[in-house]
Amino acid sequence: MKVLSKIYMVLVFGMLYAPIVVLVLFSFNRAGSFNNYSEFSFYWYRELFRDSTAIDALKNSLILATLSSVIATVIGTLAAYGISRMRNKYVKTAITSVTNIPMMNPDIVTGVSMMLLFAAASAIPFLNVEMGFGTMLIAHTTFNLPYVILSVLPKFKQMDKHLTEAALDLGCTPAKTFLKVELPFILPGVVSGLMLGFTLSLDDFVISHFVSSSDFKTLPLYVYNQTAHDVKFSMYALCALMVFAILVLMILVNFAGGGEKKPEHRKKRKKARVVGKI
Amino acid sequence: MKRKSFLEKAAAVPHIVWMILFIVAPLLFVVYFAFTDAAGNFSFSNILNLSNYGEIFLMSVLFAFLATVICLLLGYPLAFFMSRLKPSAQRVFVLLLMLPMWISLLIRTYSLLALLDNGGLLNSLLAKLNLPTVKIVGTPGAVILGMVYDFLPYMVLPIYTTLSKLDIKLFEAAEDLGCNGVQTLFKVALPLSKSGIISGITMVFVPSISTFYISQKLGGGRFDLIGDTIERQFLMNNNKNVGAAISLVMMILILISVAVMNRFGDDDGGELIV
Repeated sequence: MKVLSKIYMVLVFGMLYAPIVVLVLFSFNRAGSFNNYSEFSFYWYRELFRDSTAIDALKNSLILATLSSVIATVIGTLAAYGISRMRNKYVKTAITSVTNIPMMNPDIVTGVSMMLLFAAASAIPFLNVEMGFGTMLIAHTTFNLPYVILSVLPKFKQMDKHLTEAALDLGCTPAKTFLKVELPFILPGVVSGLMLGFTLSLDDFVISHFVSSSDFKTLPLYVYNQTAHDVKFSMYALCALMVFAILVLMILVNFAGGGEKKPEHRKKRKKARVVGKI
Repeated sequence: MKRKSFLEKAAAVPHIVWMILFIVAPLLFVVYFAFTDAAGNFSFSNILNLSNYGEIFLMSVLFAFLATVICLLLGYPLAFFMSRLKPSAQRVFVLLLMLPMWISLLIRTYSLLALLDNGGLLNSLLAKLNLPTVKIVGTPGAVILGMVYDFLPYMVLPIYTTLSKLDIKLFEAAEDLGCNGVQTLFKVALPLSKSGIISGITMVFVPSISTFYISQKLGGGRFDLIGDTIERQFLMNNNKNVGAAISLVMMILILISVAVMNRFGDDDGGELIV
C-alpha cells in the first residue's frame, strides 16, 4: 500500500509537471523543434529579446502589475480597517459579499461586464474613455481588491484591541495610531496581499482579453496572439521566463508570510491561490 | 461605546465607491444588455433565442462535468496520500501542488499543447520509434484532458486541507474496530472531507464550464463551448446583447449551483478550506 501510494503520487505529479518541464527544456533547444535536441543555447531567448513588441509587453505587464497591486493594496488595506471597525453586521456582510463577487464569478463574466461598462462610458463625450492602459488598470485593481482584503482583514481580527486603546489613551490621534500601532502589526498581511495582487495581475489573461486594445498588450495577451497560428520557440522561451518569475515570486511570498497562522478563509472559489502566501 | 473617529468611518469609503462603480455597475450592464436589443429597446428575444445555443450549453456542461469527475477520482487519492505523509514532506508537496496554480493557465495550456500537438514532443518521439503518430489535439478528449490538467490542483488542495485537519486517531479507531482500507475510506474519510470535496468540485467546474482558450488551443477550434460563444459574441460578431444574455444565464446557473453545493456541505459546520 505504501509503495503503491508513492507510485501514484509520482505519476500524478509527473503528469502535472511534465508539460512545463518539456516546455522549459525545449526553450533552450537551438534547433527549435521537438525532433532533435541539437544543443543547449539561449538562442530563442536572444530571439525573444530582439522582438520589440515582446519587450514592450513585458514592460506593460510589469507597470500594470505594480500599479494595480499598489492601488489595490492602499484601497484594500483602508477598506479592511474600515470593515473591521464596522458595528452593523448587515452592512459588513453586504460589503464583503460584493467584494468577493469577482472571486466567485467566472473570469469571462467579469471581463465582459467590464467591457460593457467601458463601452458605455466611452459614449459619454467628456470622459474620453478608450480601451487601453486605463481600462486595464481599473480591471486589474478590481480583481486584486478581494485578495488584498482577504489577506489583511484577518490581521485586524487577530490584533489585540487593547493595543489600539492604549495608544489612543496615551494621546495618539487615530491616524497616528493607525500608522504607529496597527500598520506594523498588519504589515505581513499587507505585503502578502500586495504580492498576491502582483502575481494575479501578471498572470491574468481572460479579463485583460476583454478590456485591452492593440496598443497596450501585456505578456499573456502577447502569448495568446502569437500562439494563434504557428509554434514559435521564442514563445516557449517567454513562457519559461514567466515560469521562472512565478517561481521566484512564490518563494518570496512564502518567505514574507512564513510561519504565520493561516487566516480564516471561508469557502470561496479560487481561494486555493491565496494559500500560497500563508 | 466610544464614538468612531473620522478615519474609522471614512476608511472603507474609497473601496465602497470602487465596488459600486466597477463591480456592481458592470453587472447591471450585463443585465441591461441581456434584456435589450441592438437599438436599446427592451426585449426578451435574447433570452428566448438562447434555445439556439442549447447544444453548446449541453456540450459545455458535459465536458465540464467529465473533467470534474476525473479530477475528483484522480485528486482524492492524491490528497489522501498527501495527508498521511510526514509534516515536512506534506509542506513540500503542498508547495509542489501550488506552483502550477500560480503559473498562468494560458501558459500551462500552451505547454500541454507543446507536448501533444501534431508536431509536438509525443508525436516526434513516436515517429522516431517508427510508431504511428496519434492525433490528440482536436478531439473532445484533448479538451477534457486540458481541463483536468489545468484545474486538478484546485481539486486536490481543498480536499487535502480538510483531510490534513482530521485526527489520525479516527483512522486508527476505524481499523481497530475492524474496518479494512476501503471501508475506512468510504465510512470515515469521505464523509468527513465532504466540505473539501464540495469546494474542490466548485473550483474545477466553474472555470471548466466558462473556459474558452482550452477549447480553442486543444480543441483545434472544433468545439464551441459557452466561453467560446461569449467571446465570439463580444469580440467578433459584436452582438453584445446575445453575449450578455448567455453570460447572464451562465452566471445565474453557476451561482445557483454554488449556493446549492455550499448549503449541501454546510451541515457539518462549514468550517474550512484552504
